[in-house]
Amino acid sequence: MRETFVRTTTALLDEDPRTAVVLADISADAFAAAHHRHPDRVLNVGIREQLMTGVAGGLALTGLRPYVHSYAPFLIDRAYEQIKLDLGHQDAGAVLVSIGASYDASAEGYTHQSPGDVALLDTLEGWTVHVPGHPDEVAPLLRAAAGNDDRIYVRLSSQHNARAYERTDRLQVLRRGWAGAPVVLAVGPMLDPVLAATRDLDVTVAYTLTPRPLDGAGLRELVSREVVVVEPYLAGTSSRLVAAALSDVPHRELHLGVGRAEQRRYGTPADHARWHGLDPAGLRASISTFLDRA
Amino acid sequence: MTATAVRSNLLGTLLTRLTGDEKHAPSAFSTLDVLWVLYDRILRVSPETADEPDRDRFLLSKGHGPAAYYAVLAAKGFIPVDWLDDLGGPHSHLGHHPDRVLIPGVEIGTGSLGHGLGLAAGTALGLRAQGFDARTFVLLGDAELDEGSNHEAIAYAAAARLDRLTAIVIDNQSSTHGWPGGIARRFPGWSTSVVDGRDHDAIEDALSQSDGDRPHVVVAVVEPKG
Repeated sequence: MRETFVRTTTALLDEDPRTAVVLADISADAFAAAHHRHPDRVLNVGIREQLMTGVAGGLALTGLRPYVHSYAPFLIDRAYEQIKLDLGHQDAGAVLVSIGASYDASAEGYTHQSPGDVALLDTLEGWTVHVPGHPDEVAPLLRAAAGNDDRIYVRLSSQHNARAYERTDRLQVLRRGWAGAPVVLAVGPMLDPVLAATRDLDVTVAYTLTPRPLDGAGLRELVSREVVVVEPYLAGTSSRLVAAALSDVPHRELHLGVGRAEQRRYGTPADHARWHGLDPAGLRASISTFLDRA
Repeated sequence: MTATAVRSNLLGTLLTRLTGDEKHAPSAFSTLDVLWVLYDRILRVSPETADEPDRDRFLLSKGHGPAAYYAVLAAKGFIPVDWLDDLGGPHSHLGHHPDRVLIPGVEIGTGSLGHGLGLAAGTALGLRAQGFDARTFVLLGDAELDEGSNHEAIAYAAAARLDRLTAIVIDNQSSTHGWPGGIARRFPGWSTSVVDGRDHDAIEDALSQSDGDRPHVVVAVVEPKG
């Protein structure tokens, strides 16, 4: 996904004079050729994430469209107040593009992981959040973002599904159970593990790569009793929005995602998925227990 | 009556409307003289050009105590004078910290310290990328320099050779641990001026400087904060 981001944004720099890229050393080498062609619009501020976001706010106030990029913990966690004030409070837009997701950097440890990024943005107004589940879903998101001044977060990951799905703000139903079947909503790269975990269960599986704004109306149409949300970031991040969408439906909810407990273990992303119960076996166990309890 | 006295009376009247305090002399406001010189003699911006893409920008980073800023904006016609009568009310445009969305001519909303210089660097970069000759000014306080975010911006602005960027530091010696050796030394790679923050001609001269290669910092020294 990072390669697709670099390729697409580099093309946007050539095509659209509004496009700017702001970096804090991460991925600077990948943008070297673009920097050579557009030295005034490819800006590497060094290892200065507060400034990276402030510069993006200033660029946006002059009419440019900044794409801002780093590892998720540095882009979101570290510069939270700059995101809140230098973008939101100024009523300025930017496209924040992270890599690393929750635990792609499994062997690097907790300093390089950001399971809480989407929850942090949920404290702020007006953020669109894209969590692509496949590299081929990335370019259309980035190109669409060039055409407006919205505040947009694109959460790239090395985890992905086997195939890409079309870009839409609506939930997509990928497998339909009997009328009234429990609904399992998978966000981004959680889709393939969810499909594997529910292969022989009578459930409806829905998918979104744009969890903010959440398609509450679409969810309301699907859910009649049970809903399970599986997100690749902190478990329960979407619970407030799901509860609001289903406020007039008697129902039960289960929210699965990354746990709050710091693992203090290294290993691979697959290890972390297993430890957080987000591999197919773990998902299967949690979902079955929840549905059997009815 | 001299022009200076007229100006002083006008701003004094406006500040009294704003604060409801008859006793404060205009000199009680540490930023007042710099702001007046900026808007009266330096900035290429007016109420008519406040949305032009190639206007000069003034960013008030030190957003607390904006009374002098509001008075100058009213004196120069950016906002109606009667807005000054309602500071911080439920329907007021003017808060204890300025909000760019609510006030014409205000470039950034501030209050939390340490945000203006980064935004100003981005503004200067954005203007340069679009080929505009406009200048960007940002006003900070000496205590505000305690915030580490400023030092990210100071280093990068020099490296990026933002010659159309001018930072103004109002030095009323309010930083808790002070800046031994002086504030200008904290801006390596910048051209620097240290002036009497009450001397209008000296302020104008310092703000007019631009060496074509480096950002410029003007340290405007005023009376120590009482």
